[in-house]
Amino acid sequence: MSDTLLRVEDLSAFYGEAQVLRNVSLDVAHGEVVTLVGRNGAGKTTLLRSIMGLHKGTRGVVALDGQSLDGKSADKRARLGLGWVPDNRGIYATLSVSENLSLPPVVDKSAAWSLDRIYEQFPVLHERRDFPGTKLSGGEQQMLAMARPLRAGSRLLLLDEPSEGLAPVIVNQIGQIIRDIKAQGVAVLLVEQNVKFASTVADRHNLLAQGEVVASLDNDEFHSRTTELLEHLGM
Amino acid sequence: MTQFLQYTLQGLAAGGFYALAALGLAVIFGVLGVVNFSHGACYMLGAMISALLLEHFSLGFWPALVIVPVIMFFVGVLVERLLVQWLLRLDPLYNFLLTFGLTLLTVDIMKRQFGVSSLKYEVPAGLGGRISLGSVDLSIYQLFAAAFAVVICLLVWVGLTKTRVGMIVRAATEDAERSRALGINVARWVTPVFGFGIALAGLAGVLAAPYRAINADMGSNFIIILFAIVVIGGLGSILGAVVAGFLVGLVEAYGQGYYGQLSQVLIFVLMAAVVLVRPAGLFGREEAA
Ligand SMILES: Nc1ncnc2c1ncn2[C@@H]1O[C@H](COP(=O)(O)OP(=O)(O)OP(=O)(O)O)[C@@H](O)[C@H]1O
Ligand SMILES: [Mg+2]
Repeated sequence: MSDTLLRVEDLSAFYGEAQVLRNVSLDVAHGEVVTLVGRNGAGKTTLLRSIMGLHKGTRGVVALDGQSLDGKSADKRARLGLGWVPDNRGIYATLSVSENLSLPPVVDKSAAWSLDRIYEQFPVLHERRDFPGTKLSGGEQQMLAMARPLRAGSRLLLLDEPSEGLAPVIVNQIGQIIRDIKAQGVAVLLVEQNVKFASTVADRHNLLAQGEVVASLDNDEFHSRTTELLEHLGM
Repeated sequence: MTQFLQYTLQGLAAGGFYALAALGLAVIFGVLGVVNFSHGACYMLGAMISALLLEHFSLGFWPALVIVPVIMFFVGVLVERLLVQWLLRLDPLYNFLLTFGLTLLTVDIMKRQFGVSSLKYEVPAGLGGRISLGSVDLSIYQLFAAAFAVVICLLVWVGLTKTRVGMIVRAATEDAERSRALGINVARWVTPVFGFGIALAGLAGVLAAPYRAINADMGSNFIIILFAIVVIGGLGSILGAVVAGFLVGLVEAYGQGYYGQLSQVLIFVLMAAVVLVRPAGLFGREEAA
């Protein structure tokens, strides 16, 4: 068995006739943080939705641990270890914070964080455990959205622009959380527009422009060529 | 004052049927995304079956209160398995049309079998008559119906808020796709939830049987009011359905009491007012509208 946890190969996605992703290929190793960087409308969310099995017009290969996810429903994919953290955070307003945390079924007993451990890592969530989920601030909601799949024991988090709309201090906190998550051996596929933020948390980067991956590079290279790459992406 | 109390009780009793049925409509819409047009017909069936149980099997109100929801649950399961599930993948409009068609079919079959005149049903022994509280004279059955509906709504509420199944139903009601993406097998709950929602409509029918005219058409007006309730409460809000159910019951009763024929109009004036101020309904979330 190779080290690859998630493999995406030649993935194309369509909205009706319009093609928004063209033969996208990327992979994420166990415990690795990989980004997909691209500007507004580049197709980042669509890629995550395709990986989750939520986007109907998808062609190509998505495999987890060498096992193709083709034809598998979204809930099956989640139970195989994919932890989706949508761009709107996806917090339930009608559920309390603690209910939001315990809603997803535990997918891997040995990897799942206990509620106690979650609360230790995210003290605010403990403070607010009986609040309706959407009464939290944006940053707190983002933490809750990231804590939720950890509690379920997901092996790979799919983070959709976690830094969006948050103050710089909070963005730093989110960055630290991602590094902590990685230290626990959980892999992350991070979709971002915030290049600076992406470069503080990731091992490798994929640049997405007009639905195509135009460059794949490691973090050092990414650092040294940031300006040039951003121009290339039109950002 | 006396009149006011009487109308209030009438309103709460009628509101009880509405709340129960609207609750069923809300969970079905939430989990399946289906607007069940046949809900009024299911309410009618609940009342009709009660009358038939009495006539042919001498089974009165109390047994009907248990038997009818069970029968209606299985009717719901059957309809979902045989028909509704095949259309779930398509635009929700298809299931709306399906349930609309089923309504026409059911109503016409019942008309053919039992004619258009109303079937008889007695107020159950022990709940007949009136009770005097000071100067106010109240119908015992209406007191019972209102209290019973409140108790059932509370039970459902406890089930929804205190159990894991309830949490899943609430989450799926808020956003079914997201719940799936979090690993919840929403499909597994689709059939029981549909059956449960239909059973609630049937239960409302049983409660209505002793003092409403029981005939094939009794559901057609009911469904229109139910839709008004769902709009007022907020489509997809469980709490909204219950609160708006009682609210509309009260408005209708006061309307009937004080303004006669205007009562139906008042309901829709209320609906329009709510929609003007809060387009997503009293308990609906704005972005969901
Ligand atoms: N429901 C839809 N129907 C048609 N086109 C869509 C739909 N959703 C997205 N698109 C188009 O697909 C392209 C990719 O959208 P997507 O949301 O994946 O981009 P994104 O990279 O996530 O953007 P953002 O940074 O704004 O979140 C965009 O051009 C968008 O206009
Ligand atoms: Mg996006």
